[in-house]
Amino acid sequence: MDSDDGWFRGLDPDDGAAAASAITEGRGDDPADWPAIAVESGFAPDRETYYDRLRAATIEAAQTGVTKREQADDQQLVHAIRSLDDCERTANELAERVAEWAGTRFEDAGTGIEYARDLAEREPGGPAEARLIKLAGRVAGLAEEAATLRQYVETAAPDVAPNLSALAGPVLAARLISLAGGLETLAKKPSGTVQVLGAEDALFAHLQGSAPSPKHGVIYTHEYVRGTDPEDRGSAARALAGKLSIAARIDHYSGDRRPELEAELDERIEAIQSRGGSE
Amino acid sequence: MSLPEGVKRRSFDRQERLATQGPPVYGEPVVDGWRRWDPDRSKLGAMLEKDIETDLRGGETVLYLGAASGTTVSHVADFAGPTYAVEFAARPMRDLVDVARDRERLFPLLKDARAPETYAHVVEPADVIVQDVATRGQAAVALANRRFLRDDGRLCMAIKARSEDVTQSPESVFEDVIDSLSTGYEILDRARLEPYHDDHLAVIARPR
Repeated sequence: MDSDDGWFRGLDPDDGAAAASAITEGRGDDPADWPAIAVESGFAPDRETYYDRLRAATIEAAQTGVTKREQADDQQLVHAIRSLDDCERTANELAERVAEWAGTRFEDAGTGIEYARDLAEREPGGPAEARLIKLAGRVAGLAEEAATLRQYVETAAPDVAPNLSALAGPVLAARLISLAGGLETLAKKPSGTVQVLGAEDALFAHLQGSAPSPKHGVIYTHEYVRGTDPEDRGSAARALAGKLSIAARIDHYSGDRRPELEAELDERIEAIQSRGGSE
Repeated sequence: MSLPEGVKRRSFDRQERLATQGPPVYGEPVVDGWRRWDPDRSKLGAMLEKDIETDLRGGETVLYLGAASGTTVSHVADFAGPTYAVEFAARPMRDLVDVARDRERLFPLLKDARAPETYAHVVEPADVIVQDVATRGQAAVALANRRFLRDDGRLCMAIKARSEDVTQSPESVFEDVIDSLSTGYEILDRARLEPYHDDHLAVIARPR
């Protein structure tokens, strides 16, 4: 298709798939009175028919594009990690409710998800206890679902982003992809941004001049950041973020596995940690 | 100022509110086939509610940049003519496609408004560009899409200060955006959209 042609150039009006792909793939420099040109060139008998065909083609193209993007593997991973976080948060919240309620009925009442699991096994002694024990069962079920989702993330993340998962661990890799909105957007972010992903509140407070700059966001959960002395944590976070963004770029643009990245990171972190807070 | 043809103030819960006629979209109240147009959820709705002179008459060809899930663009398609709705994010586009299925002359385009060459083969010259994109470089988007606007056309733009730079005051962000906008557009009117939208500036302009 020439850059001065409309999307309908050379199309069979009855071929819906070709029309949608012409909308998606086509390009042009300048707009033109496409309805008039389409009628002139015989693509449509009149403007109204042209618009009907344009409508069908644009809806089909948008629908296909949405499905393709939303069902991409990285987006499925994003849903999985967010579901995992939701299940864990909800299980903890409900466990607190269960503990509150159980405290009024049982001398030996405990707290937490572990206690809810035990409680769920008991035989209820009355209608109120029956509700409480059922609720405890829901907590146990949610916790179990969270564990299963974690297993899924651990197997899926290395498929989506092998290098990033190797460096960050699959769960943190999935979190970074989720915070960025996708693997491509993560790959396009500068490493300084990757370093503070998940610390947006602190970052904006800093940018508005009222707080120090955050040293790390969600990558804090990585042992290389947490395991480094506080004075050197900023350096460790910067080094880690640098390698993670390189890994994300390789994963997005080529997909090869590059084991040397891990060795480079290990070496760099070792150097930082051996400074012993002297800088 | 007058509302575009097809937009009316109707009584909802004994209050006069903007409304258009069309299939309901987002659970908005409907009375006698008129859907309430909520200015708190729509920058263009806020412009009309605040009596900003948009020069919209009804029946125009519209290019809508940043259509999101179609809340505002559904009302636009109710009173305007052919309406091209550009949105780049997949999730809101899923909802926008549903809105488009219920309307005869609303064309959804899963495209990046910063790259008009990816939809110039589809979009015809427009009488109105409505722009509501929450990205940095809002003036650049308006300038890049100027090619779609007829010589006597109008740009109705909502500038979101926080998308441009969170560290600057909104007023200085607006000055910067308007400065670069002025290289391709003549600014006809500008007004803040408070209380409906914080830190947003409405700009009405025509191509130079």
